[in-house]
Amino acid sequence: MSTATIDHAEASEIFNKDEPYVNWHDETLWFVRQKRDRSSKQLPEWEELRETASGIKHYVLSHMDELLINFEQKAKENGVHVHWAANAAEHNEIVLGLLKERHIDKMVKSKSMLTEECHMNEFLTKNGIEVIDTDLGERIVQLRNEPPSHIVLPAIHLKKKDIGDLFHEHLGTEAGATDPQYLTEAARQHLRDKFLTRRAALTGVNFAIAETGGFVVATNEGNADMGAHLADIHIACMGFEKIIPKQEHLGVFLRLLARSATGQPITTYSSHFKKPREGQEMHIIIVDNGRSTQLGREDFRNSLKCIRCGACMNTCPVYRRSGGHSYHNAVAGPIGSILAPNLDMTKNADLPFASTLCGSCSNVCPVKIDIHDQLYKWRQVLAKGGHVPQSKGLGVKAMSMVLSQPRFYQWSGRLGRSVMRVMPFMVNNNLNPWYKQRDMPEPPKESFRDWYVRNRKE
Amino acid sequence: MSARDSILQKIKENKPAASALPATLRYESFFENTEAKFRETLAAIYTEVFVVKDQAELAQKAEELFVNVTNRATSIPALANWADFSLNVADPHELETIEIAIVQGEFGVAENGAVWVSDHYLSHRALPFITQNLAFVIPRNSLMNNMHDAYERLKDTTGWGCFIAGPSKTADIEQSLVIGAHGARSMVIFLIEEEFV
Ligand code: SF4
Repeated sequence: MSTATIDHAEASEIFNKDEPYVNWHDETLWFVRQKRDRSSKQLPEWEELRETASGIKHYVLSHMDELLINFEQKAKENGVHVHWAANAAEHNEIVLGLLKERHIDKMVKSKSMLTEECHMNEFLTKNGIEVIDTDLGERIVQLRNEPPSHIVLPAIHLKKKDIGDLFHEHLGTEAGATDPQYLTEAARQHLRDKFLTRRAALTGVNFAIAETGGFVVATNEGNADMGAHLADIHIACMGFEKIIPKQEHLGVFLRLLARSATGQPITTYSSHFKKPREGQEMHIIIVDNGRSTQLGREDFRNSLKCIRCGACMNTCPVYRRSGGHSYHNAVAGPIGSILAPNLDMTKNADLPFASTLCGSCSNVCPVKIDIHDQLYKWRQVLAKGGHVPQSKGLGVKAMSMVLSQPRFYQWSGRLGRSVMRVMPFMVNNNLNPWYKQRDMPEPPKESFRDWYVRNRKE
Repeated sequence: MSARDSILQKIKENKPAASALPATLRYESFFENTEAKFRETLAAIYTEVFVVKDQAELAQKAEELFVNVTNRATSIPALANWADFSLNVADPHELETIEIAIVQGEFGVAENGAVWVSDHYLSHRALPFITQNLAFVIPRNSLMNNMHDAYERLKDTTGWGCFIAGPSKTADIEQSLVIGAHGARSMVIFLIEEEFV
């Protein structure tokens, strides 16, 4: 993770300097969002499925401790070692300890946003462990020394030319080569060598099942399985909210996950791990790192239902036009902006303002998290708690970043009415710099653009 | 207090009031023809489906499709003569050079083209991933409509199992779909009619 100290508005301004690039970024993500729409429309029961998923997750929140205890017991019966970590530092120490005890100094890793959250790679590297990210997108950003910009599409901010140059430098591909097929093949061969020579593999967890003690890891590339089935030790890391009660509930979640993420009916691989293979060790690390605090925040606990599909990012007009790195948090976009203040209110006070509150995120979320309501509520909590350093400044910057982009008006024009509908949130919020001076116009009487232009002049 | 106990304690204090599981946890899918839907779904993910009558026809078809390919492996006794690579190795790393593996799967799912395979059918978990190309053989009458049906069928699993839908892929470079990321570069599915053990 970068040590970015600039806030979202500033980072967005930089991102927006290259207009054609931003348009490309915007359209690429919108394309993914459209694939999600087409795919979800194939299921007449889509809306009911979302409701069911949200209901199961609500049950999970309210039975979290019991489910985790059941899971631990079953996993142990299956011959899996279970570790608990209260925070990122404990998590990282556990991983390091497991590797050191076995004299392992090289590890392959498949996608795990939790390890990004814990800044594990940095920590392990400092301690002499080489970590190779094996998801293609993650490997790309790792070679560039930057964090993923999206939880599902880690290198979505890069053009193929960037990747061609990068691979030329690091993997020896031909100079100027940009063909995705060719570049992917180069990465396949480079990483196949790593899979075949590393004794340890770390994976994330998409779902952990209390009933069986097993866990599911979903990938399209097959990298989690290549790593885990060849390694002597498999370490799986999960935030405790990944737990679900029963295996049959996977039917609900696996039908929603990939369709919401990329529009596929399912990822290529949905791997169900329960027992280590003969001669192998399997470890699970259950991590809190602020989750139990979030669980106690009535207004924000629903954020723990998230299944990390990325749909809220793909649909978000601010994310699409500001890029994942502008959120300076492992999880970007609307959901990241709800999770981040829980971890550090001061450092992440800007994020809940990186939204128009248009509600599109809540509309696509497969587990029906009330994302935009939570963003609004965080603004109030942060302001009350004195975490918003210059309250006016933040309001202005958050607004002006998105509103000063001409393309953004055009986009907003399409959503005009809904943006106007949520405007009162901003208007009645004392963070709005215009609030005290004047009454806001009634939505239907003038266009959003006219309103903004007029207000900016005054 | 251990990390475990303090985490569990805090969760207990902070969790919301108990809510019940939703009343409906599964939905039916209605396809005019489940097999046609299965084929259609797989065609969209670059996977061809062949129907074979019995194991003799399977062997014949395998010979035809993978003619001139060396390093062929299989876990299916009827294909023993077709294979030239023994899976009887202790270390999965030795599977590195396999070009094509034909593996038995348990059943398929029409809505997403996934096939369930598990420890029950494999001597090495790495096989379906490390092989350059993969083929599944599943009973023709084993197709489920959707994932709810799949999990109903999946009452008991071994230590590891996986739904695999098509060849491995990635779109991490400018969203351009590339087939053959880290797992198999191609996939074929045989639906076999005869009783198959
Ligand atoms: S908040 Fe919802 S839409 Fe966003 S990543 Fe999580 S599950 Fe997906």
